[in-house]
Amino acid sequence: MTTPSSGLTRRQEYERRQRRRSLVIAGSSTALIILAIVLLVPLAPGWERVQNSFFNAEVFAKSFPKLLSAFLVDVAIFAWSAPLIAILGLAIALARDVRNPVLYPLRLFGMVYTDVFRGVPVVLVVYLIGFGIPGLGLPRPWNSPYIWGTVALVLTYSAYVAEIFRSGIESVHASQRSAALSLGLSSSDSMRFVVLPQAIRRVIPAQMNMLIALQKDVALLSFIGPVEIFRQAGVFKSLLANFTPYVVAALIFLVITVPTTRLADHLISKQNRARS
Amino acid sequence: MRSTQFLTALGLTICTFPGIALADGHCAAGKTLEDGKLTIATGNPAYFPWVMDDAPESGQGFESAVAYAIAAEMGFEADNVVWVRSGFDESIQPGAKNFDFNMQQFSITEDREKVVDFSMPYYSSAMAVLTTQGVVDAGAEANLASLKSLKWGADANTTAVPLLMNLVAPDSDPLLYNDNTDVTAAIQAGQIDAALFDLPTALYLSAVVVENGTLLGQFPADRSENPDQFGALMEEGSPLKACVDEAITVLSESGALQQIEASWLSETTGVPVIK
Repeated sequence: MTTPSSGLTRRQEYERRQRRRSLVIAGSSTALIILAIVLLVPLAPGWERVQNSFFNAEVFAKSFPKLLSAFLVDVAIFAWSAPLIAILGLAIALARDVRNPVLYPLRLFGMVYTDVFRGVPVVLVVYLIGFGIPGLGLPRPWNSPYIWGTVALVLTYSAYVAEIFRSGIESVHASQRSAALSLGLSSSDSMRFVVLPQAIRRVIPAQMNMLIALQKDVALLSFIGPVEIFRQAGVFKSLLANFTPYVVAALIFLVITVPTTRLADHLISKQNRARS
Repeated sequence: MRSTQFLTALGLTICTFPGIALADGHCAAGKTLEDGKLTIATGNPAYFPWVMDDAPESGQGFESAVAYAIAAEMGFEADNVVWVRSGFDESIQPGAKNFDFNMQQFSITEDREKVVDFSMPYYSSAMAVLTTQGVVDAGAEANLASLKSLKWGADANTTAVPLLMNLVAPDSDPLLYNDNTDVTAAIQAGQIDAALFDLPTALYLSAVVVENGTLLGQFPADRSENPDQFGALMEEGSPLKACVDEAITVLSESGALQQIEASWLSETTGVPVIK
């Protein structure tokens, strides 16, 4: 058998050619599509007006700095909500897993809680809690929309997060619990040292998706007062009669969400490799 | 002979039905969405006292009455006025519009003029500070120093936002909301002390909507900087603008506009002016 100068077998060389060929095809078809969009869209009769309304450079420059600083409000709300959601979500998941009959009400509570908060749109919860509870007559600063908006987000998201944790807990085989109990661990210790460490690791990719969703839903707090990026973009839109600020806000969101999405995908594929 | 008869008939028609004669020769002919009809947009919902009971067809309410007056001046009978609902966002989006002009307290600004056309102003609004008796009892006064220290709110989609920053420049960042209802909910919940509205809206909200609502004061309409003037919004480059402007000019010169204002917008002189 003749060995090529590169030191590859004929099979490897063939596969390499095939790979290159498909890369070239993929690259050129993508380029063609992009070229078609770039060339054809501006030919549409309304393009100039659309461009002026959505991709206006002047408005972009005018609104960008303020939108960026308004985005910090979103980041802050996200930063304090995420850990609270994780803690409450885990607590609800554990409540749904109690096996002691005396504690059945806790289990029932967990069930009703997840049903209710997964069933109601986030924005409604934000409205009801954000205006409703302060309306009871709480003094300042306890009626702040930041506090009650956060409460609304935490309540809703922890219901989803709890279900994901629960699926993780249930994915750990019952024999592991039995084994832990037979080794003399108490049932809470077997949960803490045997089940949870495995369960949490298994659901991290799924929880990353919740994290990405939360990053965007933080903007819903704008409904009850806080001037975060979505609201600030709305103010610019109203004053300048132009939608470009929304495009700017979308771009700022993408800068944050795309890396997290990539990370989540990476974690999922890593997990799939480990399982197969 | 025939032509004389025709002329006489025409003259008679003009004398008896001045409205129809206007429609034939008036500048609006052929420039509306639908020939012979004038399509006017308002908000959804449309608020008191601009439109009463959310029913612009009734001609009740300031903007509704002005709309019918403009239509009559342009040669459209009341039957030929068609109402549609259209929000601000729909009005500024590129593309065809579903109205000839849109009246819902749109403030005329230079930046907006770049994207849409505005008619001549049909109303100049004072801005007023809506608050509650509780805030006044706690020591809020109608002067700038006192206003600065309040916690402010406003409707995010209005020019009240820049006016608030320019006129008052509050010490803490204002909270902004989607609409009047949300602003009043926040006042009621004590999340904000005060909110800036155009005077007629503020009068209505304080009297009807907000429990213990009161007006702390007004920034007069004729201030030299940032006067808040409402205009009818039209598509950029609308051929109808000249006709609408002409109609509004006639209405304001004849005093008809002031009459409509007097019958629908309450007496506003009782509200103290902020110094």
